[in-house]
Amino acid sequence: MNPLIPLFVVIPLAGAFLIMIIGRFIEEFNKYFTSLVLLFLTCISFYFLFITGENIFVYKVGGWEPINSVPIGIYMVMDGFTVIVVCIINLIGFLSAIYSISYIKRYTAGNYFYALFCLMIGGMNGVVLSGDLFNIFVFLEISVISSYALVAFGVESNELEASFKYQILGGLASFLILFGIGFIYWETKTLNIADIKQAFSSGYNKTTYLFIQILILSGFGLKAAIIPFHAWLPDAHSSAPSPISAMLSGIFIKAVGIYVIIRLFFNMFAVSEGMAVLITTLGTISMVIGVFLAIGQWDIKRLLAYHSISQMGYVVMSVGIGMILLSRGAKSEIVSLAIAGGLFHLINHAAFKGLLFLNAGAIEYTTGTRNLKEMGGLAKSMPVTSATSFIASMSISGVPPFNGFFSKLIIIIAAIMAKFYLLAALAVLVSIITLASFLKFQRYAFFNKSANPKNQNIREVPFPMVFSMVILSIICILLSLLVIPEIRHTILSPAIDVLTDHLKYSNSILVQ
Amino acid sequence: MKGMTIIVKKTTQLIAGMVFMYGIYVIVHGHLTPGGGFAGGVIMAGSLILITLVNGGDFLKLIKEESGTTIIESLATILVITIAVSGFLFGTKIFFNNFLPKGIVGHLISAGVLPLYNIFVGTEVAASIFIIFLSLIIFKEESKE
Repeated sequence: MNPLIPLFVVIPLAGAFLIMIIGRFIEEFNKYFTSLVLLFLTCISFYFLFITGENIFVYKVGGWEPINSVPIGIYMVMDGFTVIVVCIINLIGFLSAIYSISYIKRYTAGNYFYALFCLMIGGMNGVVLSGDLFNIFVFLEISVISSYALVAFGVESNELEASFKYQILGGLASFLILFGIGFIYWETKTLNIADIKQAFSSGYNKTTYLFIQILILSGFGLKAAIIPFHAWLPDAHSSAPSPISAMLSGIFIKAVGIYVIIRLFFNMFAVSEGMAVLITTLGTISMVIGVFLAIGQWDIKRLLAYHSISQMGYVVMSVGIGMILLSRGAKSEIVSLAIAGGLFHLINHAAFKGLLFLNAGAIEYTTGTRNLKEMGGLAKSMPVTSATSFIASMSISGVPPFNGFFSKLIIIIAAIMAKFYLLAALAVLVSIITLASFLKFQRYAFFNKSANPKNQNIREVPFPMVFSMVILSIICILLSLLVIPEIRHTILSPAIDVLTDHLKYSNSILVQ
Repeated sequence: MKGMTIIVKKTTQLIAGMVFMYGIYVIVHGHLTPGGGFAGGVIMAGSLILITLVNGGDFLKLIKEESGTTIIESLATILVITIAVSGFLFGTKIFFNNFLPKGIVGHLISAGVLPLYNIFVGTEVAASIFIIFLSLIIFKEESKE
């Protein structure tokens, strides 16, 4: 048992409550403490990225050993797929925390902001690391409830409305998830994911099984904002303070939505063709409709939020193609190529969407508006913001040599090799429309002549904000190195192995 | 004279202490009988809420109490985490390890660290429910003006 695994949950939780006490007496404590906490977590998450590899680490909380090989305690599991998501959670969280040092001056109540921030990070780490369904639900509620409060942090009427909408739909999602977990417990008499897999593989009631799958898919689909369930996302993500938007769009919908869907549908349920086709269809629909909803937007953050739906559609579609092929027993190279494309795009999306939201926050910080029509000519006065947002825009639109190009290329190649020509064509089309909408963003925000005389004497944002944006843009460029087979092999292959080998996950957990 | 009538006040004064004691009883017997930290904490918060409502008065003055309660709440949570981490430091290096001697089943002081968890969880729940109540009445008072 690796003693560092629970630290991902303990440190942010303890940090949140320490901020509430010490932050009252020492000013500025909250800012630097949160950044330090997240820097430490980022370091240990990268340490795990190097040591995990093919291993699956299991941590039994409280030291409860299995009795008659039936797991009774709470398990925390760290495998190849988990460690990737943990790395992006803590890295983006760290950069957002640094960014907030300057950004949060617009708001009062910094203590509450940072405490909720830490709680959200702790909750997301918990969801990703947890090895049993009920703890996934508990940590999901921790992170989701703190995100409700953070979305409404500005307490303007539109922010409260967005938060209210988010709460209603989020509450519905939690209800569906809890209902699904209840049914699973009723069917299998256990909550440990590995144990549920074993129980399902020795037979199940077909109707209940399908019902559980639909409940879980719609519950976590609501959290992941796949298209029929997306209504809360544009409001919530555009109303939150910008570092929080970067967190919500960059990592939140992945950690509590996409990650859990992928984990449960590959490692807990048996991969079935019907469900795989459903997931691929949902992914394709959100990829196409998301981009058409995005292109007409004039509010930058709304535009970016709709693009999150569309880019998540790529991830879901690609993983869904892998799932279809896996259920048909196709060649393992194409399966792993499709899943690799999805995971690669998931990592890339965290980097460039986080960066784009930080750029949008920088623009809002200086000009005080989010409307594209009121901006213009910012390229001269804000060179760093302009350059970094150019990198991010080109990455998300899939222009070589930035990271988005390679992941989209892998997804399209996988779709063609799997003979899904229509999906490949749609992926290309959506990528072109994405490019169009980001050219619009670049033109109106940075290169157009300014219509507003106030925009003449704008200066670049303060250093912490610049620092986060520059680091993220460097990451955007460096991530394209993942396309090199050796690097891809060391980082993505363990994750793909865990997902495609349907018994590896449960067997190696139950043995330990 | 603010608040409710003297009859209600006198009855509450008699009852509230007993309710509070009952909450403490539920908390400290959490590892032996049904109930525990959460249930007992809610009962304790109930007695506090009873006293606040009956005595009435200027609720806006309660902002000081609210911030004090926040500190108690955060402190209780940190203590829970500290006990969990001290399982990490003593003995087998396992988080949430029950490192104290277990004692005899059925005795009040037994079950290792479980009673300690119950006590701090009870404090945390009592404080947080009282905070929710205080924020609601303070908000109501503020929105009146």
